[in-house]
Amino acid sequence: MNDKVTILVCQGTGCVSGGSERIYELLKSEIEEMYSEQEIYLKKTGCHGFCQQGPLIVIEPQGLFYTKVQEEDLKSIIESMIGFKEPVHKLLYRDPQTGKAIPFYRDIPFYMKQERAILRYCGNIDPEEILDYIEVGGYEALKKVIKDMTPTDVISEVKKSGLRGLGGAGFPTGRKWEACRNALGDIKYVICNADEGDPGAFQDRSVMEGNPHSVLEGMIIAGYAVGAQRGLIYVRAEYPLAVKRLKVAIEQARYEGFLGDNILDSSFSFDIDIFQGAGAFVCGESTALVRSIEGKRGMPKPMPRARTTEEGLRNKPTLLNNVKTFANVPLIIKNGADWFSKKGTETSKGTAVFSLTGKVVNCGLIEVPMGTTLRKIIFDIGGGIPDGKEFKAVQTGGPSGGCLPADMLDLPVDFDSLKQAGSIMGSGGLVVMDEDTCMVDVARYFLDFTQRESCGQCIPCRLGTKQMFNILDDITKGKGKPEDIELLLELSESIKSASICGLGKTAPNPVLTTIKYFRDEYEAHINDKRCPAGACRINGVRP
Amino acid sequence: MGKISIIIDEQNIITNEGSTILEAALANKIYIPHLCYHPDLKPAGSCRLCLVELDNGHVVTSCKTEVKEGMRIKTNTDLIDKIRRPIVEMIIANHHMDCKNCPRKGQCQLQRIMAFMKIDKNRVRRLRLPDKEIPIDDSNPFFYRDHNKCVLCGICVRTCHEIVGMGSIDFAGRGISTKIATFGDKPILESNCISCGECVVRCPVGALIIRDFRRPVTESKTVCPHCGLGCGILIGIRDEQIVNVRGDLEHPVNKGLLCVRGRFGLSFVGSDDRLYSPLIRKKKPKSQRMKLSSESDNIKDLFEEVSWDDALDLIAKKLKKIKNSEFAMIASLRCTNEDNYIAQKFARVAMKSNNIDSANRLSDSPSLTAIMESGVIERLGDLKNDLSDAKCIVVVGSDITKSHPVISMKIKNAVSKGAKLITISFKETDFTLISDIWLKPYPGTEAAVFMGMCSSAIDANLHEEVFIKESCQNFEEFRESLDNFTGGRVERLTGVPRELLEEAAEIFATNYPAIIFWSSEITKYSNATLNVSSIINLLLLNSKNRMIPLWEKNNTLGLCISGCLPDHYPSLQPIKDSLAGELMERLWDTNLNTEPGLALYEILEQAKGGKIKVLYIIGSDLILKVAPYKLVRDALKKVKFVIMQDILINDTSQFAHVILPATAFLEKAGTFTSIGNREQRIEKVLNTREGLLPDWRIICDIAKRLGVEGFDYNSVKEIHSELIAISKTKYQTHKYRFIPIEFKATSEVPDMDFPLIFTKGFNYMNDSTSHHLEGLRVLSGRELIYINPKDAMDFNIEDGQEVIVTSRWGKINTWSEISDKIPIGILVANLADKKINQLFNPVVDPISKTPETAICAVRIDPLKKRRKIL
Repeated sequence: MNDKVTILVCQGTGCVSGGSERIYELLKSEIEEMYSEQEIYLKKTGCHGFCQQGPLIVIEPQGLFYTKVQEEDLKSIIESMIGFKEPVHKLLYRDPQTGKAIPFYRDIPFYMKQERAILRYCGNIDPEEILDYIEVGGYEALKKVIKDMTPTDVISEVKKSGLRGLGGAGFPTGRKWEACRNALGDIKYVICNADEGDPGAFQDRSVMEGNPHSVLEGMIIAGYAVGAQRGLIYVRAEYPLAVKRLKVAIEQARYEGFLGDNILDSSFSFDIDIFQGAGAFVCGESTALVRSIEGKRGMPKPMPRARTTEEGLRNKPTLLNNVKTFANVPLIIKNGADWFSKKGTETSKGTAVFSLTGKVVNCGLIEVPMGTTLRKIIFDIGGGIPDGKEFKAVQTGGPSGGCLPADMLDLPVDFDSLKQAGSIMGSGGLVVMDEDTCMVDVARYFLDFTQRESCGQCIPCRLGTKQMFNILDDITKGKGKPEDIELLLELSESIKSASICGLGKTAPNPVLTTIKYFRDEYEAHINDKRCPAGACRINGVRP
Repeated sequence: MGKISIIIDEQNIITNEGSTILEAALANKIYIPHLCYHPDLKPAGSCRLCLVELDNGHVVTSCKTEVKEGMRIKTNTDLIDKIRRPIVEMIIANHHMDCKNCPRKGQCQLQRIMAFMKIDKNRVRRLRLPDKEIPIDDSNPFFYRDHNKCVLCGICVRTCHEIVGMGSIDFAGRGISTKIATFGDKPILESNCISCGECVVRCPVGALIIRDFRRPVTESKTVCPHCGLGCGILIGIRDEQIVNVRGDLEHPVNKGLLCVRGRFGLSFVGSDDRLYSPLIRKKKPKSQRMKLSSESDNIKDLFEEVSWDDALDLIAKKLKKIKNSEFAMIASLRCTNEDNYIAQKFARVAMKSNNIDSANRLSDSPSLTAIMESGVIERLGDLKNDLSDAKCIVVVGSDITKSHPVISMKIKNAVSKGAKLITISFKETDFTLISDIWLKPYPGTEAAVFMGMCSSAIDANLHEEVFIKESCQNFEEFRESLDNFTGGRVERLTGVPRELLEEAAEIFATNYPAIIFWSSEITKYSNATLNVSSIINLLLLNSKNRMIPLWEKNNTLGLCISGCLPDHYPSLQPIKDSLAGELMERLWDTNLNTEPGLALYEILEQAKGGKIKVLYIIGSDLILKVAPYKLVRDALKKVKFVIMQDILINDTSQFAHVILPATAFLEKAGTFTSIGNREQRIEKVLNTREGLLPDWRIICDIAKRLGVEGFDYNSVKEIHSELIAISKTKYQTHKYRFIPIEFKATSEVPDMDFPLIFTKGFNYMNDSTSHHLEGLRVLSGRELIYINPKDAMDFNIEDGQEVIVTSRWGKINTWSEISDKIPIGILVANLADKKINQLFNPVVDPISKTPETAICAVRIDPLKKRRKIL
């Protein structure tokens, strides 16, 4: 970055909803009218991650961090910058425990304890300006690939890095690329799965909004590696800002020669289009997503079936990866596989991005190396539980994940350990619950989501999730029957084993884990007609 | 296909390589519960009930997993039960369990699964029940859709997509609200569903149920009497009534498929309007005679029941009095070959008259005329192999999906397997959507399109020269006539862009064998024979090509081959050919009239002029079919003695003097000749009510009363062997003829006063049997005329408005419906012929003598009082 005095105004969805677009406009006119002789630069950036404290403003090069900025604060911000006066104290972040102001973001525990790779530039560069991305080393990986590397080199580098798909399932990325490269056919597709549908998850959105070029670059490199000519980004229509920024980025990349025919004067041609999904959760599943692009009803294909890498979009070999997976690729190519594989655990390399929400002091987007413990994430980065309440559980992996209790706080978070504990990595949602949260109600909430989003194709998922939701609903209303817990377990086993796709196979996870770790709460509801957390209205009465 | 051995539940099984575990198990009588599997469809793997355990511990869906050599499969382990039992219990909890009153009981797959798994109702009671009931869709006149019993196996959806090719239904909604819905979730009647009932027969539970469902006691094979396909059907009979109709799975034409008319349209046989006794007109003052409305009840009041002897004696008495030129006979397209053979023999031998024709003259006659002229009857394709072998399919006509649904299913199937499709239709249809090329000529200019394709293909040297040289004649003359059909000229005549035409020609000529289908839509013009001749010219470019004219009625071809043509003896031997005449005289041992007889229109004209004294009408409703209505009425009024022989009362009956009740197709034996020149035997499957006689026997009885020899038949078999004998001796040419064509437009040209072209679409009500089936009346929809949105704007027509359509010859009142599927400048009627016949120009095609009943110039005006249909 240059050393010019720059005001970075966060334009992530969280801050935008707090009015940061208006703040940017006001700052802009203010600077133009009143301070045009001063060398003050203004820049829109993507999400800084600390969304709870938004709208956020960062002053570079010092790294001053202003939180919860309102329109009336702008004048004092600008004035404080002229002649390097004192920062605006009332806008500084304060440690919730000590109440001490922390002026620079690198000193804030929330940032200090993270290790940001994919999110590195999310809050620093203007996502609508390709030159910003290039300035921080963007598209160097692509240049390197096209100049010095064969497709096989690229694939072996990705394989060596140990990168695993960050959409949730954690399939080794390099092996997927290799399978797609080896699949027969001249026409191949690369699809970026940006159908982030978990309630409360916004990592993919933030990456697309904050650093869209990193995703494009990853896709172009993937296209080069597997021999594809066309890329598609399947993005939810509910993400208008991401769609807009991706469109701008694609235009700019085409203009700069990174996309289109003969990329960087090579014989490699590749172009990317955007496909907006209609918001069905199940369309995040690869075969349902492909069908959705084909204009069909988004329903997963039952096994046994050909892999998407062999028969994907329009029956052509198709590489489908998550946003974050693609965003990792330029970093791996640029810094080398070893740089990447140094981070993380034995089986899960690199970093993981989480949306940290719920009953936690610091809500927001975080990035940590794989294998970081839940305790570190929740207490060190997240700042613990607010209002002095007791930690009860953390839900990982969105609606398909499980709830883990306090004695599992030292579990290192990676693909395999979470699976062992009965939960999943999923797309990276982390919902923290405190003593006031009723675990039956939590399970009910997630089952309500899955039963609504089941595609309806297979009977265990369609009827099973609804049946489980109805039972849980009855329990939270005090209408549970003694045999219900056993029934829920029976249904869960059947649904897990018999469902066609991941939605059904994982839908019982919240129920299974809550019964496993918090069975007493279920029993209290059913037998004593009592909600221990005091959250449920039993027989219509709040305790 | 190789055989491999597997072990299912300790049982050694040899099975076909490539089959699935479920198929192998079912074939060896090992039952695995399943709901979404159907042998006719690709496996969906969605019900998750057919799970089996492999010896590696994996649980797989047996419907989608192929067998492998040495596979060990267990179908009923504890693990499987633990997974499957809750699913079945949930289905039951979610299913409207009213088995006692469900028509599917006993055949229900869910019942079978419950019994097989010994489902414990106490376990099911633990589950929560659905909170709401969805209303039954009873819009379709033939079946119900009950979502509360639906298990969402998707068999109906896949049937509609994979087999029927309509895609009228699909899954809609998510989660528990998922259901099978039409486009926009409208009632099924308002969708594009063609009511073929294929989904209904495949539904494993009681979600799709035929309205009038009774279990048959016996089932008998026969042939469908509706369109010219001649599908094989199984008639389910209980208490001497038809209670159920199924497609015959072994029949080569339909392989079990049926359409709405075949499946639901046979109850006319048991209709209240059936004739059960000979009738003679009561003597009444003349003034009362014509005051009748067309209500059939009233018609019956005009007559009194008499004995067969009285009726036949009266007929004989009348027939003895007239000269041979004063007799004419109309044969029936629904009668068997034997009936028709006897009918024409009666006219020729007993009455010494060749005045025998049929309602075929109104629809398919140009096709037959052109086929005979070119000598290509052997080129008729059949559905058994020719369609599946075809690399290119040409479909001419716009309503085949409705008029010949089984063919349309088969064509769509062939296209999905890779055959090229060229559609020639002036309006958008479901074929135009899937075709490689859609040629959209102005109605009535089709001949130019085919000639243009010939010209383009021959210019590109894509014709099969050796075949043409050795087996065809007249090629050079034909080639010269092609000079008038260059791309540019054809574009001006037909509106088809020349590039498209050339592309179509190339696709057609390079993808042989090709098969051409055409419907009677293009044979109802005054230039109709040219249309068909030009199709045949195109066909003859390659020796492997085949054609399938889509006859309107089931025995169209049989009637002609049996000799019910004024200018041809049986086996299509021309009367003009003296050799044929001598042959027939020898066979029948009599002298024949060698003057060709009158065609249908000429008969009516002559009758109007008082020259026909006795008209013998068998199984035809002339009032319903013939244009214009006034001519028929005047003619029939003028004829001194009208003999009607039919199974049902119809509108023409009011003009009869004597009515003879005949047996319907289910009540007699004989043969029909269907598409592909396929002769099919039918047997008597229903007992005849007393008082009915087969047509041939009635005619023979009259002949005997006239003292004519040669009508002493004891059985249908005897007649059939006589017919066969003729076909064996007939004289044949072996060279096919190319026909040079000079383009001729249809008779009606739009002008300032009549700026629009009026055409008609397929309508169920154009069939005399449909009048006795309320369901088909409902399906044919309300009477209306489709108009393009731009035309509607220009002529001030609103959607659903009452309008007057005026031609140079007459006018009708109807309602409008705006549709963008209709091209500008054209109106398409969804009206019965009877209503629109008065609009047409009373001209006939000079070659086939077929009247022009499908096109005329009109104007459309809104009726002043704007009345919207609710």
